[in-house]
Amino acid sequence: MQQLFFLALAAIALISGVLVVFQTHPLRSALWLIVNFFAVAGLYLLAHAEFIAAIQIIVYAGAIMVLFLFVIMLLNLRRPEEAPPGYRLGQKLAAVALAALSAVVLVYGFFQAQIPLAKETTVSVGNTESIAQSLFTNYLLPFEVTSVLLLVAIVGAVILSKSKLK
Amino acid sequence: MNLPFLVIFTSLKILVILVVFLTVIAYTVLLERKVLGFIQLRYGPNRVGPWGLLQPLADLLKLLFKEDFTPPGVNKVLFTMAPIITATTAFLPFAVIPFSQTMLPEYFHFYGFKIDLTQAGLNLGVIADINVGLLYVFAMGSLAVYGAVLGGWASNNKYSLLGGLRLSAQMVSYELALGLSIIGVLMLAGSLSLVKIVEAQQHMWFVVYQPLGFILFLTAAFAECARTPFDLIECENELVAGYQTEYSSMKFALFMLGEYCHIIVASALATTLFLGGWQGPFLPPIVWFVLKTFVLVFFFIWVRGTFPRFRFDQLMYLGWKVLLPLALLNILVTGVVMLVLG
Repeated sequence: MQQLFFLALAAIALISGVLVVFQTHPLRSALWLIVNFFAVAGLYLLAHAEFIAAIQIIVYAGAIMVLFLFVIMLLNLRRPEEAPPGYRLGQKLAAVALAALSAVVLVYGFFQAQIPLAKETTVSVGNTESIAQSLFTNYLLPFEVTSVLLLVAIVGAVILSKSKLK
Repeated sequence: MNLPFLVIFTSLKILVILVVFLTVIAYTVLLERKVLGFIQLRYGPNRVGPWGLLQPLADLLKLLFKEDFTPPGVNKVLFTMAPIITATTAFLPFAVIPFSQTMLPEYFHFYGFKIDLTQAGLNLGVIADINVGLLYVFAMGSLAVYGAVLGGWASNNKYSLLGGLRLSAQMVSYELALGLSIIGVLMLAGSLSLVKIVEAQQHMWFVVYQPLGFILFLTAAFAECARTPFDLIECENELVAGYQTEYSSMKFALFMLGEYCHIIVASALATTLFLGGWQGPFLPPIVWFVLKTFVLVFFFIWVRGTFPRFRFDQLMYLGWKVLLPLALLNILVTGVVMLVLG
């Protein structure tokens, strides 16, 4: 049963991921990306990571993609344009080479990774507490550094938008 | 207890709750028209049935038999999907809201078989008590925006598009305040499960400890439902009818359904988080839940009859510069008080 769900969700995630890349209209790409996020959230649920699944939907599917759609709708209401003239063979080769490289790195990383899933997730406790526990004890410094990084990014964005006004 | 039995009984439970819920939504529309009539010194609907009580039925028939017109130039797939997304995401949060302690007895006898209902919580007054229930509600709420945004875009009409864009900006701004306003409740209850939050209010409602949180939650909920005074997405003197301008017949009805569903879910959620949910003396739990939710739904309608609409810049100002800092302050004060009092 669980295997079946996993295969279905993985298939949806892969197919929608491919469709994101192959759409000509950016809005359609964005919509397929939302489908992809849902499939991944489903995979998190299968791994008993309810908190991560809910956050995946709220933050990625619910907030970030809404902003994506907002920008796409504001900027690009016409048909997609043709590829610019400077679209050379070198770019294509570079793209293929980089994609192959990242694929190798990812696959290598997956084979190296050891994820102790079954041990840490007990259904009865609820993993919100366990995530909070590890975030605020073992990983406190990276957590706080990330928040400072986000703050810097927000300040930067505000300054950029302000300087445009002048 | 086997799987088919569970599936059948859970489906039956969902069906019963859905039918009751749909009826309640239909009569909320009538209630709104009646109350607005009362506020504006007129009668409201009073032709169909005694006191206009059959008006929802007449409205439903009218909407069903109207022409389902799809204008040329629309994106057909998204145009059809948008109202479905709105209605679905509006219904789904109700799956985790506990409306009573128990709904059915623990077991019953059926032709000599003893059928145990405690399995998978079939006897409880909630469809699914999941441990991240509150986050689930917020996830559905954050998806609700897609219905209006996609409907506005797919309509291929500038008024619709402006309505959709306004809604996306509004939702992103108010989701933050909404999410932060309930952190205080979570700190007090120590759980994300709505059933546990209700149980934690056994001795005292959380509105007593979190008055600011309650006000912030209600304000942000009004904006999330896009109700007056924050109904800029369908503001008729600027945008015709906003994102739903091009819609007719049942597609329009689904948007309406979604809007009223949001009001009821927001009221039920406020009841659960701040007003003790189904807890209360003397009366049965379900009556308490319905009563509290009804008072909040009435408040929604009352506000619509009383307040003028905000300007869009005022809306953004209120969201980012008033509600958000106040919500953060509320969390800080709650944390300090909890630390001092242990």
